[in-house]
Amino acid sequence: MNNKQSWIDQRFPLTKVWNEHLAEYYTPRNFNFWYFFGSLAMLVLVMQLVTGIFLTMHFKPDSAQAFASVEYIMRDVEWGWLMRYLHSTGASAFFVVIYLHMYRGLLYGSYKAPRELIWILGMVLYIALMAEAFMGYVLPWGQMSFWGAQVIISLFGSVPVIGPDLLSWILGDYAVGDPALNRFFSLHVVALPLILVVLVFLHIVALHAVGSNNPDGIEIKQNKDKDGIPKDGIPFHPYYSVKDIMGVVAFLIIFCAVVFFAPAMNGYFLENANFIEANPLKTPDHIAPLWYLTPFYSVLRAIPPMFGSQFPGVLGMGAALVILVALPWLDRSPVKSIRYRSAPFKWALGIFVISFIMLGWLGMQPVNELNAFLARLFTVLYFAFFILMPWYTSIGKTKPVPERTTE
Amino acid sequence: MKTLTKLQLSFMAIALSFNVLASPELQLEEANTDITDTASLQNGAKLFMNYCSGCHAISFMRYNRIGADLGLSDADIEENLMFAGSKVGENITTAMPEKDAANWFGGTPPDLSLVSRSKGTDWIYSYLKGFYPDESRLFGVNNHVLVNASMPDVLWSLREGQSEDAFDNDVRDITNFLDYVGEPAKLVRIDLGKKVLFFLAILFVLSYLLKKEYWKDVKYGIWRKRD
Repeated sequence: MNNKQSWIDQRFPLTKVWNEHLAEYYTPRNFNFWYFFGSLAMLVLVMQLVTGIFLTMHFKPDSAQAFASVEYIMRDVEWGWLMRYLHSTGASAFFVVIYLHMYRGLLYGSYKAPRELIWILGMVLYIALMAEAFMGYVLPWGQMSFWGAQVIISLFGSVPVIGPDLLSWILGDYAVGDPALNRFFSLHVVALPLILVVLVFLHIVALHAVGSNNPDGIEIKQNKDKDGIPKDGIPFHPYYSVKDIMGVVAFLIIFCAVVFFAPAMNGYFLENANFIEANPLKTPDHIAPLWYLTPFYSVLRAIPPMFGSQFPGVLGMGAALVILVALPWLDRSPVKSIRYRSAPFKWALGIFVISFIMLGWLGMQPVNELNAFLARLFTVLYFAFFILMPWYTSIGKTKPVPERTTE
Repeated sequence: MKTLTKLQLSFMAIALSFNVLASPELQLEEANTDITDTASLQNGAKLFMNYCSGCHAISFMRYNRIGADLGLSDADIEENLMFAGSKVGENITTAMPEKDAANWFGGTPPDLSLVSRSKGTDWIYSYLKGFYPDESRLFGVNNHVLVNASMPDVLWSLREGQSEDAFDNDVRDITNFLDYVGEPAKLVRIDLGKKVLFFLAILFVLSYLLKKEYWKDVKYGIWRKRD
């Protein structure tokens, strides 16, 4: 150990932290494709923060200037167009990565004991990320920004008794306007990023305390050698740092292909109507949130108004999110990984994935009779995945779980 | 898992196809514009300034930006594209007073800075070609694409003077110019993207080899002997 390092180590646990979280953090050796998305989520978070800093330098959070300031960034600011596209594509990429990261958790039972807290922190992160993305989408002040905000925020008005007061408290006005834009900007660039960073920190601290799960769903810490090192563990650095670098480059190839060749992604990442400045007097033909919010928007629309109130739909949408938190306690299966799960669970997961994707797709479509029926069907199936979980995870035959990780 | 994935995909395909069949869409003609064709952009710019900019602004665009991007000098721009009294660094607004516009057309003609991004190039191309005589309308014309449009058929003199193909090309050039106006960065974005992907492809090969080298240890279980 050289002098310089020990000087720091006497005053700051640099080597200790480095070892605990990288060089001597033992990670299961059998991670597969699905294990890239945690580090990729981190990459996208950093990218959003950095590009966001540059966009904030030029953006004007003022309803009279916001739209033009975004075009100013796109045209007159050096490399502004690149910062904007990295940021807008980054928002969608964030959700792609997070959805795959969450699906990994479902596949290999990563939410089960002793990792319940990691899962819960992840779910809170996910909800915070949705709020962050929603408010960010309002800022360019296009037609979809404005009307999307109008639709989503008006949901708070459906809360019984306090609804109307709550609505005007949130908006600082009676409708979406300059005060809303200004406060969404503040929340988007300060409050929510801070919350996200703190939650990511906690998510990783909790993960490193219990150790990572793996595609076999076994605890590598139960099998240690004489030095107390898990036999199936390898140090995160350098083995997974070099592997994740490879994952990062592969991700960037796809990501940059979108940024440079299809930044609007045919209206899925940047909606066509959002290139028209917000006009409170002109409702667009078709209002839909961006793709990553549409599964929940579908649930909202699927539940009919009751007693003349939209509130049941709002509750349903909230429940669709909150129910994810209960997952570790709904799952009664003795095994974690899909590799050793019983057939009923595999079917349930398959139907759940179809339901989620279909709800997402339906949320972008205009409502007609068929779509309304499908949205209700898939809403029921979505909730059935959770409500019936204690039952279908306790029936059927699971396969024997090996002692050690498999190749 | 694999059969399940297949089942999921086929199920979704069925549900999707119902909706595709159910939505009647307006058929638009393909614009087939090419933003790398500078001559087309220059012609489009000239036609736009002559036929469109009397009523429509492209206010997010500056005169000299067009010059820089389309290879025209400030003198060229001042002579061919600008209204008298403007400066080359200014945004391209229209001379028509809003109040008069509202009286003449029932509304202010929209700013076209971003029309290619909100409507698409096929829409612009089809719209400009979509006028037909209709005596019930104020200007004696109606439009297939935008029914009851309040815009007159401003390109009629352009159409009269030349063959149909030549007219189509002119309309295509205007469309191309508006596509450029919608996103000037498109001129550099695609080229830069190719370079970035080339760089990343090489980096991927290197990162793959690096990973492979390190993971040899894991394969043979010798990582622990190293320290």
